[in-house]
Amino acid sequence: MSMSEPTPEGRFGDFGGCYVPETLVPACQELDGAFRAAWADEAFRRRLDDLLRDYAGRPSPLTECPRLSAELGLRLLLKREDLNHTGSHKINNVLGQALLAERMGKTRLVAETGAGQHGVATATAAALLGMECTVYMGEVDVSRQELNVFRMRLLGAEVHAVATGSRTLKDAINEALRDWVATVERTHYCLGSVMGPHPYPWMVREFHRVIGSEARRQCAELVGGDPDVVVACVGGGSNAAGIFSGFADGDAELVGVEPAGGAAVGRGTPGVVHGSLSYLMQDEFGQVLEAESISAGLDYPGVGPEHAHLARTGRARYENVTDGEVLEAFELLSRTEGIIPALEPAHGLAWISRERQALAGRTVLLNLSGRGDKDVDLVMGLQG
Amino acid sequence: MSGSRPGRLEASLRAARDRGRKCLVPYITGGLEGWEAAVEAAAAAGADTVEIGIPFSDPVMDGPTIQAAGDRALAAGATPGGIVAAAAELDVGVPLVVMTYYNIAHHMGHRRFARSLAEAGVSGAILADLPLEESGPWTVAADDAGVETVLLAAPTASAERLAAVCARARGFVYAVGLLGVTGERATLAASAVVIAGRLKEITDLPVLVGVGVSTPAQAAEATTVADGVVVGSAIVRRLLEGQGPEGVGSFVAGLRRALDGAGP
Repeated sequence: MSMSEPTPEGRFGDFGGCYVPETLVPACQELDGAFRAAWADEAFRRRLDDLLRDYAGRPSPLTECPRLSAELGLRLLLKREDLNHTGSHKINNVLGQALLAERMGKTRLVAETGAGQHGVATATAAALLGMECTVYMGEVDVSRQELNVFRMRLLGAEVHAVATGSRTLKDAINEALRDWVATVERTHYCLGSVMGPHPYPWMVREFHRVIGSEARRQCAELVGGDPDVVVACVGGGSNAAGIFSGFADGDAELVGVEPAGGAAVGRGTPGVVHGSLSYLMQDEFGQVLEAESISAGLDYPGVGPEHAHLARTGRARYENVTDGEVLEAFELLSRTEGIIPALEPAHGLAWISRERQALAGRTVLLNLSGRGDKDVDLVMGLQG
Repeated sequence: MSGSRPGRLEASLRAARDRGRKCLVPYITGGLEGWEAAVEAAAAAGADTVEIGIPFSDPVMDGPTIQAAGDRALAAGATPGGIVAAAAELDVGVPLVVMTYYNIAHHMGHRRFARSLAEAGVSGAILADLPLEESGPWTVAADDAGVETVLLAAPTASAERLAAVCARARGFVYAVGLLGVTGERATLAASAVVIAGRLKEITDLPVLVGVGVSTPAQAAEATTVADGVVVGSAIVRRLLEGQGPEGVGSFVAGLRRALDGAGP
């Protein structure tokens, strides 16, 4: 199968849709139309490609990992999204959405953020295009990602600490949606993952497709074809959707790795929150549960609807790893390859490391979706 | 509601309108301590319908007051089934409507949720994050069970969209008075009478304005055009402050007087 367009209603199989308060329906419909027109417009695509190259630093390299490969007994390749401007894959989507917002005549961006990577990327794009920017971030995340809060403010964004509910990503999204309900006429909601109401899951995946397209070309040059396995971490699932989209029509196994404390695919059931029907961690009454993960970027009880579809059809599988395994992987990559990963992609590596025997001798591509600078303080604290 | 008989909610609001009365719908968060008595007090003080909130963990259409009430109710162990069962025991003499978010209905199952409402004597349902395009599976189940699905109509909608919403709405049309979430405001937004006027031109269903209607004066102002108002946060705040059913009753009585033209 390939990862193509959802239905006009925004369905990927049984999942997706557009479950938003009535006030926002016209905005979602306008966005759908604007994205379709922009994506078919060569001038828009060229402007985005130019920014991705000259501003964000694409293409990102594909890196062989000889020492770690030897240690694990497999051939490990890293797609280096950590080397993008702002330090993660998030910039791909944000540049696309910011250009689209400008094209729609919106002058303000609002965003949610977990680890702060999407917030930093949005603040960056807003600064670049001269737009206002407001970022919502859970109180818990504000305190565990202080550096990113400072970066966002430096970039001219307003950062609001969200004190409701779990005080993490889930509640930051609620607050961003409430802002958007009140300001929809001049504000674009720059959602940071392949979730939310249609057209976001599709649009955000398309803006990240560049990861998979580049990686497939680079793999063809380096190893003569697709890798055996493509691995990515999954919170909402944007970096995974981006890299999977390059390989879904081939034979590579696709593996999404969730945190054990936020395994929506692994432990969830179908439900509706934040605009789409997907797998969701919820209680017996349909109340959404709070995720619990060391990684602020994956600390989310839901998952993008296309991942729910990929899981149900069996095209991708979803595994989960513990915080302890993640910390080991974080140190492993730092020590063996001189690359300090963000805690989010360390989930992918943790799974690869745990499954090394099953993966022996195979070529494994990991999307290294972000760099670890933001997490060094946290890990230092844990090591006491 | 062409072709079929109006349900109890619509019939009752129409009858009030036919008598020249403006409709008053207080909102009370189910599961808050003393909420049942507050519903009864609101009904006794002149409500035409009472809207009972079933709390949801992620209420994106609600501002701080109703969020806080929902959190407190959930922390106290409120469940959808428990609230609906308690509603069945209320003897208020006016129709009841529940307001919640779609996942509550989806998770219980459309038919099961609709049937449980009907069996409890609840006349209508409002699902704040279920827009027209996604409402099909729920409205079929609700229609079958005899539960009237109230739809929201927002200032952002085109004329075409408002007409489509009115065509599928049952009970009444809930006109969203402003761009924003629920909560008290110092003044009534200009958009409140504008959206009410747009709806009155195209539908014969009762048109009630909610979101941002906080005081007797604002209720009176909104009903210069609208058939009635929904008032939530101003009431729920009184419950959160510990004013109890008496506080709710006297505030609702003030709203009633303002709507009846007798001043607050």
